[in-house]
Amino acid sequence: MPAKILVVDDEIAIRRLLRNTLERAGYIVAEAMNAREALSQAAATCPDAVLLDLGLPDRDGLGLIPLLRSGGDCVIVVVSARDATDEKVSALDLGADDYVTKPFDTEELLARLRVALRHRGAGAASSKVLTTGDLVIDRDRRVVCRGGQEVHLTRKEHDVLAVLARHVGRVVTHDRIIAAAWGVGDDPRIEYLRIVIRNLRQKLEAPGPVGSVISNELGIGYRLRGEG
Amino acid sequence: MSERANSDGRPAPEAFLRAAAQEGRGRLKIFLGAAPGVGKTFEMLSEGAARQRAGADVVIGVVETHGRRETEALTRGLEILPRRTMAHEGRTLTEMDLDALLARRPGLALVDELAHTNAPGSRHPKRYGDVEELLAAGIDVYSTVNIQHVESLNDVVASFTRVRVRETVPDSILEMAEIEVVDIPPDELIERLKEGKVYLPQEATRALSHFFSKSNLSALRELALRRAAQAVDAQMLDHLRLHALGGTWAGSERILVAVSELPGAEELVRAAKRIADAAHASWAAIHVETPRSRTLDAAAARQVATALNLAARLGATVASIPAANVVDGLTRHAADIRATQIVVGKSARSRWFELRHGSVVDRLVRGTPGVAVHVLPLAEASAAPPAWSRAAAHVPGRGWGTRAGYAWITLMVAAVTAAGSALFRVLDIGNVGLLYLLPVMAAASLFGLRPGLYAGILSSLAYNFFFLPPTLTLTVSNPENIISIFVLLGVAIVTSQLTARVRAQADLAAISARTNAALAGYLRQLTRLSDPLEVARVACTRLSELLGVRVVMLERTGAGLTVQGESEAGACLETMELAAAQWVWDTGQPAGRGTGTLTASDWQFQPLQAGERMLAVLGFARDDGGDPVRSDRMTLLGSLLEQTALVLQRLRLESEMRDVDAVRERDRLRVALLSSVSHDLRTPLTSVLAAAAELRRRGEDPLVATIESEALRLNRFVANLLDMARVEAGALKFNMEAIDLSDAVTGAAHDARRALEGHAVRLDVPPNLPLVRADPQLLHHCLLNLLDNAGRYGDPGTEIVIEGRHLFGQVHLAVLDRGLGLPAGREAEVFETFRRLEGSDRAVGGTGLGLAIVKAFAEAMGLAVQAGNRQDCRGAVFTLLFPPSSIVRDIAPEGDI
Repeated sequence: MPAKILVVDDEIAIRRLLRNTLERAGYIVAEAMNAREALSQAAATCPDAVLLDLGLPDRDGLGLIPLLRSGGDCVIVVVSARDATDEKVSALDLGADDYVTKPFDTEELLARLRVALRHRGAGAASSKVLTTGDLVIDRDRRVVCRGGQEVHLTRKEHDVLAVLARHVGRVVTHDRIIAAAWGVGDDPRIEYLRIVIRNLRQKLEAPGPVGSVISNELGIGYRLRGEG
Repeated sequence: MSERANSDGRPAPEAFLRAAAQEGRGRLKIFLGAAPGVGKTFEMLSEGAARQRAGADVVIGVVETHGRRETEALTRGLEILPRRTMAHEGRTLTEMDLDALLARRPGLALVDELAHTNAPGSRHPKRYGDVEELLAAGIDVYSTVNIQHVESLNDVVASFTRVRVRETVPDSILEMAEIEVVDIPPDELIERLKEGKVYLPQEATRALSHFFSKSNLSALRELALRRAAQAVDAQMLDHLRLHALGGTWAGSERILVAVSELPGAEELVRAAKRIADAAHASWAAIHVETPRSRTLDAAAARQVATALNLAARLGATVASIPAANVVDGLTRHAADIRATQIVVGKSARSRWFELRHGSVVDRLVRGTPGVAVHVLPLAEASAAPPAWSRAAAHVPGRGWGTRAGYAWITLMVAAVTAAGSALFRVLDIGNVGLLYLLPVMAAASLFGLRPGLYAGILSSLAYNFFFLPPTLTLTVSNPENIISIFVLLGVAIVTSQLTARVRAQADLAAISARTNAALAGYLRQLTRLSDPLEVARVACTRLSELLGVRVVMLERTGAGLTVQGESEAGACLETMELAAAQWVWDTGQPAGRGTGTLTASDWQFQPLQAGERMLAVLGFARDDGGDPVRSDRMTLLGSLLEQTALVLQRLRLESEMRDVDAVRERDRLRVALLSSVSHDLRTPLTSVLAAAAELRRRGEDPLVATIESEALRLNRFVANLLDMARVEAGALKFNMEAIDLSDAVTGAAHDARRALEGHAVRLDVPPNLPLVRADPQLLHHCLLNLLDNAGRYGDPGTEIVIEGRHLFGQVHLAVLDRGLGLPAGREAEVFETFRRLEGSDRAVGGTGLGLAIVKAFAEAMGLAVQAGNRQDCRGAVFTLLFPPSSIVRDIAPEGDI
């Protein structure tokens, strides 16, 4: 059964393009041009994912995220021209699964959507062992192998990697990683996080310019690259 | 005002303030002598010459050599400023040329005779005013003064030398100066006097020769030495307080001196100053305004004002407080300021006065437990009869009363006598006597003591004559009846006293109510206005009504101080007045008539300020040219000034608030515009790019690739334009956080991959490069633009290197390309907006905006950016420099990571 995707955007050209792209990729597409329509469509069609523009004519898209979340178990990917980091962080905090800025690369958008949908289907905590590239991460046993070789990680490195692995393919905000690995405190621990990530990369990645296992989302957080 | 030392060892704020006031000010050194002829001027000149030899810029402002040869010789090596000549009443006077001295700005000015009185029309009445201005201008001053000119010692000196000098120097000047005593033994001084080496004015020779007795000179010398020791003491205390050395000094002693209109008040004030100095205490002088003191004549009021002014000059806080009587006022104020010692004068009042009123001192001592009361003898009042007796006629309850009053009393007594004789048959004789109480009480309460006594005497005579047996004679047969006569007189006295007291209280309440009502009405009227000019006009009119003077208000506008409001149209301020007003604006001190500065002006100017901020200057003048503000209205004036300042301050703040609102609104619009432009431009670009991607997927048409790459360029251009607009609007919000540069570089290289197509990209960032603090978004944009630039200008197929280094405490992040490089010598120009250097204008297409944005963003984050060529001159290098302050150190202990 192909997944149902609701595209919410006030621009007809974008809706048309997205419909085109999504249908090509095998999804069933519904459209809404404003917040009111989006809510009624969401209630009527129960979509598996919503591609949400934030600049809607009748209300701010950010306010729509909690409503869509409470309405049903759907994936929300924000697609917006707004590129301020605090907007992105608040969208993620409100419950969006991912954030893609316009203009977007259609292939990248499809990839993100795929990851989000798979993640939803699998359930957040189901798979305790994650395989990505030449890495195998066993969260329960706290063992990480690279190319069959066990890699020694410190406790904090394990903690951080576990959080990223639990949300593999999705961006996890700095605050959430820090809260999971260090606990909630008022210390500015982002420096610690940077160092831990740097160490993890050295241990887990082949040296190379692009294509790291852990990618950095500017000012927002980190993402563990998942397969496909 | 206390200078209590903090017990916790922190420096006392006052000492800090004083030290701060000293910063940037010139230093004053005073050569203090016991008597003329000890060689102060000589000493000052020698030290000045020594300073000049040491390289200082020394100028003689004014020196009196009195024709002494040794002294004159000393002046030769020094620059002497010509004096200013002024004509006054047909005579030509010369004075120190203050303005020329200020313009000359020497390092050190020598100004002889600090106590000198300037010629009329000078800026300051006294030379120490000139010196004060020199010091404020940052010029060091050496000056000389004799001990008898020191304000607080003036009458001590006069008491034993019997020579009183009129020219005095406030103690405050000595307190801020370094003091050097010029001392020679009295015998030697007398010797010098005999040799004619001491200059004395001809007419004063005889008077002064008494002055130079050996005992006098010894006493003067002791005074001078003691005063210098005191100054050293004060400076040491300042030092102790400033550095909180935790020494011990007297705690919070506070001295309160009561000033009255009686002669000798000034001596009392000086005595209080000496007590305060000895105890290192702050002190206050007050005048208690009783109902009686309100009736004082002008001379007595001036006496009070003079004494209070003197106290203010000597450093006291001064107040004039209304109260029913002196003791009440004093005890209340003493409690208010927590005075520990009270100084009062013992007046030569008659025994009779003390019997009636009780001794003020006794009641004061009883009313202020725990407070030491100093009672000092006042000068004999015989010279001038006490003011109250002269003014007594106007005092209700004390005067002789009016003729009409006596006529009424006579009439009433006659009426009672008539009524008594009519009722005599029904009434007992004692009850008839009671009837006479009516006119007595009426007279005493309505007309006061003396008319009351008159009523008593008249009543008892009438009673005696018409009713007491033997009737129609003035003899009294029954001694009981004598008692009733005394009762009548007693009633008259008691009633009149009670009434007088009640009336006095009522008057006092009425006066304070009037003052309060005036203040409240004034404030109410001003607060209703919202236009500053209207406020100025109304304030002037109302102040003029309340104080009975002409009033102008000046404020600073573009063209200096201008009149904003005036009580009567056409008030014309002369240059002198404007100078005084300017002085007030600049210094925050009152000036003009009735103050210590620029007294030749007909106007008195008072500052209106809120905190340190000057709001306006108010000018007051009387039509008859007298002192603009009576001393008893000073308190009222103070309150009025305060209220006016508050109103002006409120208006000022409101208008500033409106300005801020306007700016905020403008910023809001700009941000709204920027975000809408960003949305409106990006949405079509998104469609174009997505459509191009779809087309590319369907078939290999090179035109589609062109659409795609051009759309991307347009997108980059839009982003740059928006960024630039944000930078220039100052609308950028910083979000500084610790950044791993390898993260930043990887991200930027990823996002710029389209621009970098055809180039190999090598990241050379060592793993131990420290974290830096920057705004991730801005840094990303910088890197994108640098990579975009490198991709465009680097020769196709060449390698682009991104290099991170930690060198000499700075972190360098460089982008290196291989290509033509930059024209030598013009590297920095690449950062100018819309500049594309000639020779690089190939078909690469750039906006000329990217590098300007790199520079703007980098500088906004506190980074520097450099452009240059590679060492082999084949390619350009752009380097971002992270200063040491942006480098994150001391990352958590290992266990935490």
